[in-house]
Amino acid sequence: MKPIQYYSLLVMGTFAAPMTSFSFFSCSTVLVLPHTSVGITRDRSLGRRSFRSRIRTGVASLYLHLLSIMAEEEKREVFDANDAALLVKELRGHFKLGKTKSYEWRVAQLKGISEMIVEKEKEIIMALQQDLSKPETEAFVSEILLTKSSCELALKSLQSWMNPEKVKTSIMTFPSSAEVVSEPLGVVLIISTWNYPFSLSIEPVIGAIAAGNAVVLKPSEVASAMSKLLADLLPQYLDKMTIRVVEGSVPETTALLEQKWDKIFYTGNGRVGRIVMAAAAKHLTPVVLELGGKCPAVVDSDVDIQVTARRIIAGKWACNNGQACISVDHIITSKDFAPKLIDALRTELERSFGKDPMQSKDISRIVNLHHFRRLTKLLDEDGISSKIVLGGQTDEQDLKIAPTILLDVPEDSLLMTEEIFGPLLPIVTVDALEGSFDLILSKPKPLAACLFSNDEELQKKFIENISAGGITINDAVLHLTVPGLPFGGVGDSGMGAYHGKFSFDTFSHKKAVLHRSFTGDSTLRYPPYETRYLSVLKALMNRNFLRVILVASGLSKP
Amino acid sequence: MGTLATPMTSFSSSSCSTELVLPHTRYSNQFKSERSSSAVLSIMAEEEEREVFDANDATLLVEELRGHFNLGKTKNYEWRVAQLKGISKMIVEKEKEIIMALQQDLSKPETEAFVSEILLTKSSCEHALKSLQSWMNPEKVKTSIMTFPSSAEVVSEPLGVVLIISTWNYPFSLSVEPVIGAIAAGNAVVLKPSEVAPATSKLLADLLPQYLDKTNIRVVEGSVPETTALLEQKWDKIFYTGNGRVGRIVMAAAVKHLTPVVLELGGKCPAVVDSNVDIQVTARRIIAGKWACNNGQACISVDHIITTKEFAPKLIDALRTELERSLGKDAMQSNDISRIVNLHHFRRLTKLLDEDGISSKIVLGGRTDEQDLKIAPTILLDVPEDSLLMTEEIFGPLLPIVTVDTLEDSFNLILSKPKPLAAYLFSNDEELQKKFIENISAGGITINDAVLHLTVPGLPFGGVGESGMGAYHGKFSFDTFSHKKAVLRRSFTGDSTLRYPPYEPRYLGMLKALMNGNFLRVILVASGLYKP
Repeated sequence: MKPIQYYSLLVMGTFAAPMTSFSFFSCSTVLVLPHTSVGITRDRSLGRRSFRSRIRTGVASLYLHLLSIMAEEEKREVFDANDAALLVKELRGHFKLGKTKSYEWRVAQLKGISEMIVEKEKEIIMALQQDLSKPETEAFVSEILLTKSSCELALKSLQSWMNPEKVKTSIMTFPSSAEVVSEPLGVVLIISTWNYPFSLSIEPVIGAIAAGNAVVLKPSEVASAMSKLLADLLPQYLDKMTIRVVEGSVPETTALLEQKWDKIFYTGNGRVGRIVMAAAAKHLTPVVLELGGKCPAVVDSDVDIQVTARRIIAGKWACNNGQACISVDHIITSKDFAPKLIDALRTELERSFGKDPMQSKDISRIVNLHHFRRLTKLLDEDGISSKIVLGGQTDEQDLKIAPTILLDVPEDSLLMTEEIFGPLLPIVTVDALEGSFDLILSKPKPLAACLFSNDEELQKKFIENISAGGITINDAVLHLTVPGLPFGGVGDSGMGAYHGKFSFDTFSHKKAVLHRSFTGDSTLRYPPYETRYLSVLKALMNRNFLRVILVASGLSKP
Repeated sequence: MGTLATPMTSFSSSSCSTELVLPHTRYSNQFKSERSSSAVLSIMAEEEEREVFDANDATLLVEELRGHFNLGKTKNYEWRVAQLKGISKMIVEKEKEIIMALQQDLSKPETEAFVSEILLTKSSCEHALKSLQSWMNPEKVKTSIMTFPSSAEVVSEPLGVVLIISTWNYPFSLSVEPVIGAIAAGNAVVLKPSEVAPATSKLLADLLPQYLDKTNIRVVEGSVPETTALLEQKWDKIFYTGNGRVGRIVMAAAVKHLTPVVLELGGKCPAVVDSNVDIQVTARRIIAGKWACNNGQACISVDHIITTKEFAPKLIDALRTELERSLGKDAMQSNDISRIVNLHHFRRLTKLLDEDGISSKIVLGGRTDEQDLKIAPTILLDVPEDSLLMTEEIFGPLLPIVTVDTLEDSFNLILSKPKPLAAYLFSNDEELQKKFIENISAGGITINDAVLHLTVPGLPFGGVGESGMGAYHGKFSFDTFSHKKAVLRRSFTGDSTLRYPPYEPRYLGMLKALMNGNFLRVILVASGLYKP
């Protein structure tokens, strides 16, 4: 963009055009500059309103107002493929200068993130409140504390992560030494999502920075307050030259995906995941896809029922009201135990969210109308409403849906075929708990699976037979908080993993390095091949070391 | 019935006749049972082998393998060991056949074939056998106060049914090496060897069912149609060795089913030569890393040399001397060097030489023999930067030498091209070695030698950028075919209600103290002695 040229063009065009055209501000912009990237704003109504109020102040001050509006407009200009290409080119230029590779740069950025989290905690929590009505404590644990811990762990471990790993060499290359050197991939794109819009943005950024990459972060437009906050904060705390935020939705993401990245890290759903991977194939870009799935919780009858109920609540409704990729999607339990479990859930839900959970401040709301309607559609399906055993209230105005438990909905209902991603919890009953295995294995591999049981044999079988990104036994979600565990999906729940050192690894190339010297070179290895050499090798393969020595020294004929 | 009516000669022209006789079906059993003449039966048996493997067959194959995989047999330690032992046994017992197939496909010298295809693959197999138990063991992981009390581990589990598409230049080892990883990790496997090395492809299709569990490990021979049919299926991993063009096709196909891919591609692997080297050893090692690597038809063989203007003539002299010592006065007659794989590749290579202004740059070699598919080791000095030789991966016996004023200039030259699968530096200058390792991005690097990093099982083998994604060899092979499942175990004891809503301000106070590392305050708040 060339702001000055753009501005003068617009002033000329607008003065010539009838005044009424101003009320459709962005349209006129498009008319004046049909082929530039300037134009449509996402927040049109606001732009229009502000302009109308200004036009009343008189033509004399129009010039100044235009200037200020232009400044605003410029910020909102559509980010297109050209802009994206320029951005990547610029970042690639900065990356090539090598600054991001230094330990000092990485530490400074990680400290910047840590400082940002501490200093802007209130703003972050407020944005989460705006986007999701996320309760403060929940926001603090899942978005502030976890991200800060990740940052501290990276700071503490960075030196050891960066050190080349020594590797043993064999007689094949004797004398030699070998090491694996971790190097940054280059310029990476992180596309994050709206449900944990701070931590799911910053957590991969920490990995990308720790590994020494230049980074573009595209936060989700669905959590608009957080998207804006990240766009404001990151340039304040981090190196603006090599770490950028691009706000936007489909057009901006499309423009970004057309570029050549050295890695794309996407968090979201399988549909977009496929689009991301298809775009990546063009440039042979490796991808990490952090997707979701229908995460089951299998509940045995031998559990501490109160603790189990609480932990399911913690892993469902206290996880962003079920809008989390590893929150419990559905429960599988035995026919006999289901009523007891429902009772316990009812009691504990009331203890947690009060008699009227729609009034509770300790639970997030549904993120927007689109998702609200997606969820109510699940409830409105034929034959579903009669299955509700708890909850079921909805409030479109406030985007609230009460914690809702359903018993034995049909296997082919949307509730059992789509990822729920909200406060609805179907309970599926089976005759024997082993039946749950077939049920889980018949569906795509989920991002998480959990089992509540004191039966160690069953625990073992569950871990052996259930394929999922991760498993928690006797709790839900918590495996996510252990930095030594890789976090990522398998099959339909995604590919690649991160957290802790895995984040560093996923944004690094592991370069194999072998060192040799010129001494001790034997001509045996080179053509013309002597039969003696082949015999030495054959003896070597058969581990006949005596023969190796004898043949090599000429004492034994091959 | 139909076949009896057609003249016998139509049978000799393979799959066409099959299509004529059975236009829309695959070979049917009842059809076979109707044959009365044993002569026709034997011809039919051949026909059956040659039938086109289409998307339906591929679907059935994957379905069948998935069924077997779901039975869980491949997950057993015992099954994995039995298969790995089968491979080891196959290599030992069929060494001659393998070497003969390589001779047929590539005229690969016996010693070279033994080292690169027999010995390395056998070692990988032995290494996997020796290490399997420890690879399979869950890795314990430390847990923190966030989940106290708990224990955590990473469990390696097989991905499921995997597809391995291998290539023609090391048609045995590049097929069997990933199969070892897939088996070690407990997967069901389909191997698609390259039709460009037909003798080895056929041998693998014959041998694998003899030595390995046929119900879980399959070989599908074929070319584009068969590969296309395979790629349409849902796999749990696709491991492809080859070029970037097909690599893109493989990755694009994998998108549909969200299948992770390993792409082992190539690139223009540079060898930078300093003037302070032991020139004789350097020349020998470049020969070993170029012509003794399947005559340059290897993804990590030296593609071009970068050296200083002054040193280039000395290096060329040394290469000339050592080449003569290695391959004789007439390298075209040497039995110690592979031929070009086929006419297509022969013509691709001669096209590089035929480009305008290239022939005058030849300082050694340059002879070609289309009949025998031979091209002499050919060295070219300072060919134009925009020539095909400097823009395409050479993958053959042509070796351009690029000269620079100072060796540091070589860095920019390398960095201006896509990231190669390997990069080599010959230098005694430790500072330069350090800079090279720091600044040159490549799949792997060998200092003062070429290619050999490939032989170290502790080093990951794989590309970066245009040279590919994912890595294998040794434990990396096991890892690449495994899902690393995070497992956290908790018990019901010691549960605190603080964690659950309704949230008490005390809890937030504790957490904040925890974040700031103020453990005294954590205790004070938790015990109610301090109000947040």
